[in-house]
This record gives sequence, structure tokens and C-alpha cells, in this order.
Amino acid sequence: MSRIVELKNVSAGYAGEIVLEDINIDIFGNDFIGIIGPNGGGKTTLLKVILGLIKPYKGTVRFHDDRHGKSSDSVGYLPQINQIDQRFPISVIDVVLSGLMSKEGLFSRYSGKQKKHAEDLLNQLGIFNLKKKNIGQLSGGQLQRVYLCRAIISSPHLLMLDEPNTFVDTKFETDFYEILKKLNKEMAIIVVSHDVGTISWYVKTIACVNRNLHYHPSNHITQEQLASYNCPIQIITHGDVPHTVLEIHKH
Amino acid sequence: MTDTFFELLNYKFFSNALLASLLTSINCGIIGSYIVSRRLVFISGGITHASFGGIGLGYFFGFNPIISAVVFSVFSALGIEFLSKKAEVREDSLIGIFWSFGMAAGILFISLTPGYAPNLMGYLFGSLLTVTSHDLAMMTGLAVIVTSFFLLFYKIILFISFDQEYAKTHNAPVQLINYVLISLVAVTIVLSIKVAGIILIISLLTIPQTIANLFTKDFKIMIFLSIPLAFLGAFAGLLLSYFLNIPSGATIIMALVFAFIIAKLLSMIITRLKIRKAVSLSGKDSGKI
Repeated sequence: MSRIVELKNVSAGYAGEIVLEDINIDIFGNDFIGIIGPNGGGKTTLLKVILGLIKPYKGTVRFHDDRHGKSSDSVGYLPQINQIDQRFPISVIDVVLSGLMSKEGLFSRYSGKQKKHAEDLLNQLGIFNLKKKNIGQLSGGQLQRVYLCRAIISSPHLLMLDEPNTFVDTKFETDFYEILKKLNKEMAIIVVSHDVGTISWYVKTIACVNRNLHYHPSNHITQEQLASYNCPIQIITHGDVPHTVLEIHKH
Repeated sequence: MTDTFFELLNYKFFSNALLASLLTSINCGIIGSYIVSRRLVFISGGITHASFGGIGLGYFFGFNPIISAVVFSVFSALGIEFLSKKAEVREDSLIGIFWSFGMAAGILFISLTPGYAPNLMGYLFGSLLTVTSHDLAMMTGLAVIVTSFFLLFYKIILFISFDQEYAKTHNAPVQLINYVLISLVAVTIVLSIKVAGIILIISLLTIPQTIANLFTKDFKIMIFLSIPLAFLGAFAGLLLSYFLNIPSGATIIMALVFAFIIAKLLSMIITRLKIRKAVSLSGKDSGKI
């Protein structure tokens, strides 16, 4: 499968402070990577570097893409939903159509075909009835689906999701990851999560980000491996009986 | 009363005032919807007061204070927008600085100007009945620019206002559109000073839009509702101020606030009725089963 993005020796951060150091990763067309790591470890920063929202201090981000020419067309992005003003006066269908921003000129109106495409996506995700609703009237799970529609309407090569499992229940989470699994047949997916247990069920590989990046080429990861990657997070496994495996502690 | 109204229309000052109200309603209806949707009310307040520096500058150098106020407020608006992004000073703190700096500059220029400052109260509190044909020409020009800008770029304005960061990932000209819009906000504010004055103009940019927002959650409809609402308030205020012989700017704001209270009560009643209907419907359904 073809290579989509290549990060070489990337260091990045905010206001002169380094958050990510010497990151090297190649992302291929059929990848499904789960990014885990502690809060403040640089997970969101990594996504923003790939999106071009943050310019790296050092190193290069290179897109290998000949389908659209511009990198922006080939990346779909689902931000953390609490980053968006939920009371803004905009309807669900307009939010979805905004995912076509870079395909369209500044003036043109959306064609019937594009509107149909947006409606089809809403239908596939089971939220067609919300089409005309204002985003303020939606639940967290419904919002996530709307933003997923916006992210995939331009048929990107790479889909990046930032903590899509916050504010949603387990039932929704399972459905959501099933959708992602289907989408993975057409595009590479990177999902940021703090819940290693759930994502390891669906992702193919795992990357631990805590200032540095450690790539783990399988979806099975142990506490020892996490420790060796300098990734201080807890693993939650999902078995028959729900239980949490805590870090080894004395008491 | 209707007779007196038509008689009034024969007076140039009154028809000018009415036309100014209409043009200002168009400008403030559109720009105010953007301000309210993007929560830019505070920055708009800052720009409004900063423009007083331009008024003072005009008095001091002896040219039309409105022209220098336009320049002064556009630079303040661009300054706040630019510095909050680049200089890593928090935006609301910057607004406070520009707000007080503009007022202080205005006061100093006016006190340095020899003699008496005519029409000063008009700039502070509005003087709708002294609108000149020159003012009207500027308002018309702005109305044409604002309307065509929003008609041509509606989609991109909506998307960028809604989610700037996402728009950036799509290579949309986010920064450019932001600068153009904040400049339009500044010009709209200054050219509306005649109607409500520096102290009161923020009302025309927020109250009609907030009333519209009670009944619609759609940006486009919000604009279309705000314009007639603003005009209604200005018209009612103008008539009342004429017949009761009270200041027009303050009367317009009173009319708008009154309209807001009525609208809020109305929207509460509508919600109450909707709940009652929903509850009785679900009651019937469960009865059948």
C-alpha cells in the first residue's frame, strides 16, 4: 500500500516550548493507528502538525499524494468536540457540507450532487432525521457523527480523530469504531485516545506519544512495553467481566 | 397622528433620519449577526470606544471627525486582531487597552482644541435628526459593500466563523476574511454613530440579533430578521423621541430593550405550549397502548 504522509525528525511545540521531539513516522494507505499517551504528552499537537496547523520547529512533514495535489483535500479531521462553539447558529447539513470547503471556490453554491452526498452520509450514520437541526440541539454522540460526516465527505486518504470517545456511551463507542473499521478499507485512520483497551480492539498498530514517539507494530500492548516506551498510562482490558487492570502499586 | 407623520416626511431632516435608520438597520443587522454569532460583542464595544480617539483627532485638525474615526477604529480593530494572534497578549486584555486608549486620546485632543467643541454630545449619544446627505451617501456605500460581501462570500463566512481551525485545515483564507470582517465591523460602528452615538451603538449590533436568535438558530434567517427588527426599533424610537421631545438615541435603545423583553416572554410562552403539546401527545399514545 502506498505511503501517504512521512514525518522526518519533526520537533514541534508552542511558544518556544518543545512538546514533540524528533518524531519519525510513515503513514500508509491502509494503516489504522491508535495514538495513546498521557495528557500533555503531545497527541493533539502531533495531529495538528500533520494537519499543518502547527509549523514544526525542525524536520519535515511530507505528503505523497497525486490524487488531489493539495494536501488539505486528502486529510479528514475530527477535532475534540468541546473545541467548537456548540451554540453557533448553523444546521447539521451545513456543517457536513463545510467539509467540502477546499474543493469549492469561494463563491460557488453547493450542487445537488454534493447535497445528495451529504444526505447519504447522514443516512449511513443514522442521523438523517437531524439534517435541519441546529447543532446546539444534538447530544455528544450525535455531534461526533456529524463531525465524522464532515471529515469524510471529501473522501480523504487519511482520517484523523481526536478523542472521539469522550462524551459518548459505550454502545455508541462500539458502533463508532465499527464505522471506522469499514472506513479503513478506503482510507488510513489515526485515532487519538486515552482508552487503550477499547482502541486496541480495532486499531492495527499503536503509537505511544509522550514527547517522543514509540511505534508499536501490533495492536496488543502490555504494561511492561508501555513502561519501556516511557508511556505512563493505565491499560483497561475488556473481558467477560468488566474490570480495570491497574498499574502495579504497593498497599 | 398619521397626518402629522406624513407632514413630517416633508421635512428634509425627518426623511433623512428615516433613511439613515433604514441604512443603519441593514448594516447593523448583517454585521451584528456576525458579531453575536461569533461572540464578538466585547471587541465591538472596544472598537466603538476606541473610535472616539478619531473623533478627537478630527476636531483637533479640523476635518470631518467621522472620517478620522473610521481610520482610527479600523486600525484599532486590526490592531486587536493582529496583536492577540501574534503578540501573545490575551484578546480581552488588549480590548481593554484599546478601549481606554481611544477614549483618552479623544478627550486629550478635544481639550487641546481651542474653543468650544460643537456637536460633541451628538457623537456620544447620537443625533439622528442632524443626518446630512453626506452621511447618507457614506451609509449607502457601506450598505452596498456589506450586502454584496455577505452575498458573495456567505458560505465561507459561515464556515470560517463556525470553526476557524477546521477551515484552516482546508486552506481557507481564514486570516484574510477575519481582517476584512473586523474592518467592516469597525466601519459599520463609526457610520452608525449618528443614529445611536458611541455610548449606545452596541445596542443596534446586539439587541435585534439576540431577539432574532430567540426564534431562529440559522445564521441566514438571523440576518433577515435582524434588519426589520432594528428598523422597527429605530423607527419607533424616532417617532417617540420627536413627539415626546426626548433624545432619539436613548429612545431607540429603550424601544429595542422593550421589544427584547416582549420577545423573550413570547418565546417562553411558545416553548411552554410546545412542551404541553408534546406531553399531551405522548399521554395519548400511551393511552392507546
